[in-house]
Amino acid sequence: MKLARLSLTDFRSYAHVELALDSGVSVLVGPNGQGKTNLVEAIWYVATLSSHRVATEAPLIRTGASRAVVRTVVDREGRDMLVELELVPGGSNRARVNRAPLPRPREVLGLLRTVLFAPEDIALVKGDPAERRRFLDELLVARAPRLAGVRSDYDRVLRQRSALLRSAGSLARGARGGQRGRTSGGAERGELPTLDVWDAHLARAGAELLAARLELVEALRPLVAKAYDAVSAGAGDARLDYRSSAAAAAQPLPGDRAGLTQLLLNAMEAARPAELERGVSLVGPHRDELVLSLGTLPARGYASHGEAWSFALALRLAAYDLLSADDSTSAAGTPVLLLDDVFAELDTGRRERLATLVAPAEQVLVTAAVAADVPEQLRGARYAVAAGSVRRTG
Amino acid sequence: MYEGVVQDLIDELGRLPGVGPKGAQRIAFYLLAADPTDVRRLADVLVLVKDKVRFCATCGNVAEEEHCRICRDPRRDPAVLCVVEEPKDVVAIERTREYRGRYHVLGGAISPIDGIGPDDLRVRELMTRLADGAVRELILATDPNLEGEATATYLARLVKPMGLRVTRLASGLPVGGDLEYADEVTLGRAFEGRRLLDA
Ligand SMILES: Nc1ncnc2c1ncn2[C@@H]1O[C@H](COP(=O)(O)OP(=O)(O)OP(=O)(O)O)[C@@H](O)[C@H]1O
Ligand SMILES: [Mg+2]
Ligand SMILES: [Zn+2]
Repeated sequence: MKLARLSLTDFRSYAHVELALDSGVSVLVGPNGQGKTNLVEAIWYVATLSSHRVATEAPLIRTGASRAVVRTVVDREGRDMLVELELVPGGSNRARVNRAPLPRPREVLGLLRTVLFAPEDIALVKGDPAERRRFLDELLVARAPRLAGVRSDYDRVLRQRSALLRSAGSLARGARGGQRGRTSGGAERGELPTLDVWDAHLARAGAELLAARLELVEALRPLVAKAYDAVSAGAGDARLDYRSSAAAAAQPLPGDRAGLTQLLLNAMEAARPAELERGVSLVGPHRDELVLSLGTLPARGYASHGEAWSFALALRLAAYDLLSADDSTSAAGTPVLLLDDVFAELDTGRRERLATLVAPAEQVLVTAAVAADVPEQLRGARYAVAAGSVRRTG
Repeated sequence: MYEGVVQDLIDELGRLPGVGPKGAQRIAFYLLAADPTDVRRLADVLVLVKDKVRFCATCGNVAEEEHCRICRDPRRDPAVLCVVEEPKDVVAIERTREYRGRYHVLGGAISPIDGIGPDDLRVRELMTRLADGAVRELILATDPNLEGEATATYLARLVKPMGLRVTRLASGLPVGGDLEYADEVTLGRAFEGRRLLDA
């Protein structure tokens, strides 16, 4: 798969920019704050309909503009596809493919596949569990866009259930505190049965998401070990383990959806007093953890800075391997690799090894503030990025 | 801000569902420029609808008398009861001409985020209607979205001890949407292919 063209209007710092790209390596160089990451972010947005830097869309629209447009030409197996997105903050975004409007922008997912390496990736290892859950879920959706729907259904059930826990919990606490009354009695009788209904829906959606994550972790495990070995030059043994909030640490998880549903239901029942007390949902994929370890020690809290970077790179490389393997069956070509400013973070050995690993990819976009940070192996087209414009220099 | 009554009008219009501040302004200025007899007619209908139309004492549908047209029609089958969220869903289902039973309008769906629980819907009225055992099939035709599904699950569990046949419209309806947006053919088919719901 190749990204042949990128055109932005009122996206981030760009009033308008057009960029033609070739296969192989492209290196974008420019001083800090000139708009390199903004370009990468736009490409990532087309692939995932989200930013890797911000949770809302407002910052993606150029200050003073009312909407942004991102256009890309994606070349899949020699066939060009024009993907256009219009971002309207607080409104509804629109998407077109080959000029035909899509009923829902979500249908864009899966058309462009990318793997992004960014300075923020260190948080995959050192950050909160939420970072690792996001890594898994983004990869799930890249592999099977249908799972975006599963994910958003789960989030919606979770919001409804949590809202109910909050109100039921505060009424129950109020009743204990001596505020007698019709409403608190009503909540005891009326809201607990509805909580059962939300439990059932949460367990069903949660089991589907959980099953998909478990399968993904299985597929990633050998790839991560292999990639860590390659990046760190055989310096350790990287492991992945999925820990469900619904099971004790050593307890094996059921292999089928029905078993997982039951597991979640049982865990919710056990957690109910605590959930009512605190007014939050304590069980489910939103509370799970992907445990990364080096040898016998957890990476989080133990790994050195360099080891943490190797692990983060290994996760991204494994994602790339997995998507490439999927693509060889669907014949769409390997994903586009985006390396935003990562070489500056690495020591010479890791730089060279990473460069060697990614150089053969079908298309690689590299950004750097200083050209000298980009290893020799990554030779290709050069672009200069300065003050909202991009110019090819070699 | 506009002067006095114009601003009042914009504020009132802005309170209507689906009308934002900009839309409210547009409608207000449209009305200011419109023919006085047209505006008078609109105002009359607004007053009339509040005076004359009420909710059916039995099913909760809109009615011009104590009971709605469907509840008063002796040809409608009293053994089949279809539960919907809103009166507009009754209109959508009637359009299909597939259904000859009666209705029960809940007035919404369970949604804790919006503070809506079973007590805020016409659930107690439904249980009262079912108490005499005349209804043999209960069709749960709440919207095909999360809140509609949850409401259907809740009702199915609630009526389970009564031992009646509980069905749900067949899939094929646009998921995540409102019942009223389904076309007649799709909705008619969903009725034909309704399936037993086990709670
Ligand atoms: N919505 C926006 N409207 C206008 N300008 C914006 C907007 N969002 C970001 N910018 C500007 O874009 C610039 C940042 O661009 P970007 O993050 O792409 O820099 P960069 O070239 O990657 O820099 P670095 O080398 O430091 O990573 C900042 O100067 C910022 O003010
Ligand atoms: Mg940057
Ligand atoms: Zn009626």
